[in-house]
Amino acid sequence: MVGKRPAYSNLMKEIQKGKFVLTGELEPEKVTGLDEVLESARAMKPYVIAANVTDNPLAMAFMNSLVPSYVVQRDVGLETVYQMVIRDKNRLALTSDVLAAAYLGIKNILAISGDHTVLGDNKGGLAVYDLDSAQFVYLLHKMIDEGTDLVGNEIHGKVEMNVGIAANPNANPLEPEILKIGRKTKIGSDFIQTQTMFDIDLTKEFLKETERFNCPTLVGIFPLKSFGIADFFDKYIPGVHVPKDLLASMKKCKEEPDKERRKDLYDEVNMEFFGPFVKEIRKTTKAAGIHVMAVLYERIFEPLLAETL
Amino acid sequence: MIITQNKPFEEIQKMTEPFEKIFIVGCGTCSTSCQTGGEEQVAEMSGKLGDKVVGTAMVEEPCDLRIDRRDLRAHRDTIGEADAILVMSCGVGVQTVGDYTGKVVLPASDTLFIGETERIGKYYDRCAACGECILDETGGICPITRCAKSLLNGPCGGQVEGKCEVGEYEDDCAWVLIWKRLKEQDRLDLFMEFRPPRDNSKKALLTEVIFR
Repeated sequence: MVGKRPAYSNLMKEIQKGKFVLTGELEPEKVTGLDEVLESARAMKPYVIAANVTDNPLAMAFMNSLVPSYVVQRDVGLETVYQMVIRDKNRLALTSDVLAAAYLGIKNILAISGDHTVLGDNKGGLAVYDLDSAQFVYLLHKMIDEGTDLVGNEIHGKVEMNVGIAANPNANPLEPEILKIGRKTKIGSDFIQTQTMFDIDLTKEFLKETERFNCPTLVGIFPLKSFGIADFFDKYIPGVHVPKDLLASMKKCKEEPDKERRKDLYDEVNMEFFGPFVKEIRKTTKAAGIHVMAVLYERIFEPLLAETL
Repeated sequence: MIITQNKPFEEIQKMTEPFEKIFIVGCGTCSTSCQTGGEEQVAEMSGKLGDKVVGTAMVEEPCDLRIDRRDLRAHRDTIGEADAILVMSCGVGVQTVGDYTGKVVLPASDTLFIGETERIGKYYDRCAACGECILDETGGICPITRCAKSLLNGPCGGQVEGKCEVGEYEDDCAWVLIWKRLKEQDRLDLFMEFRPPRDNSKKALLTEVIFR
């Protein structure tokens, strides 16, 4: 069992103060520029304490996540959660990137497995998985708390970061997922960010089951910018289903011919669903906050934030 | 058993094209069981390749140098005049026949895995020969072969209703199977254990073993 780690990041500091926080998500794609990411970061900055920067999500070969994690902090002044998947790098490369991240002032890492390469856009790629995500958390523990690499070689300098892990409350069966979270929290994770949730009962059950691990949890939500996105999500994201009523309401919005009016309708539908969802999480659970995956839908942050106050 | 699958005949035809005289070697063990290199398949292949084929032989275990020597001795002259040997076995058999004869060897099959047999024609990948067996800790279910990510601390977020994200949710999630098995055996404490990273140097340095 790893002892309690200091709060190095603003995210952890706010959580430890007991503040109900919002985090956002930024997704650098197959690009050589960061204009869109920076624009998104600026748009969400007033509402979130930090923003995750995705690392080759869905096994797509995108711009690496370290550079945007750094640039967003430097140019926008928004703290980032540097996502690192263990699919594409062995333990040497992971160690190197964490050292570089420490130099660049990154304060949060989210250690995740990542979707398998066969689901991505370079299906023939070797899926490395030299370490699994729990072993990566262990590597981070060694680097942060003991100042060494995995096998004990000394690091010259400090790695001061907080470590997040992902969880899937939609998992069925849920018990092995819960036991896995317990296993990971013991070896040095500071916070949990969950997969996208639509089902309030499942979310509450998960939070109740994981309460004993004493690891602050941010519940993931995915506001739906359009019916197309909602429909895609429902059909193609494994294990996640958009509630039928919400999907039907989204479909209705789509029929509105006036573009501006349609946007407003979509926002209304989202807030009708996610407003009470967020409020209930805040009021009735011990969740530390909400992780809002609303890539290119930053205008939803303001009304969402209002629900958390 | 070593599970093999015959390459498409077009591929074998292309591979054998540059050679005028071909000798075919079959495998009397795994590839006979898999029906990819038994007597029947050797005869069939010989028929398909036609006049090119100067001779055929069944070797009980082509992966064993001593048995190649024993079973191929009688064919020494025919093998001598052949330009290449098409070996209908796993990759080990192909290499061993090559080592014994010094001839050009051609693989008739792709070697898939070390498998469990349900029936002839239905096999499951069960052992990666990883050199560090932990089946005692995982309820007799191997996460190295049966988890698509070979995770030692699963399951990952890619399991839905006990099925794996790799392969369109048709295969079981190995870690859900492990959890179920350990739970049935009242050994969930093993599931909760953190398994540290593997020492891959062991396997990297292991190219031969000499037991005595």
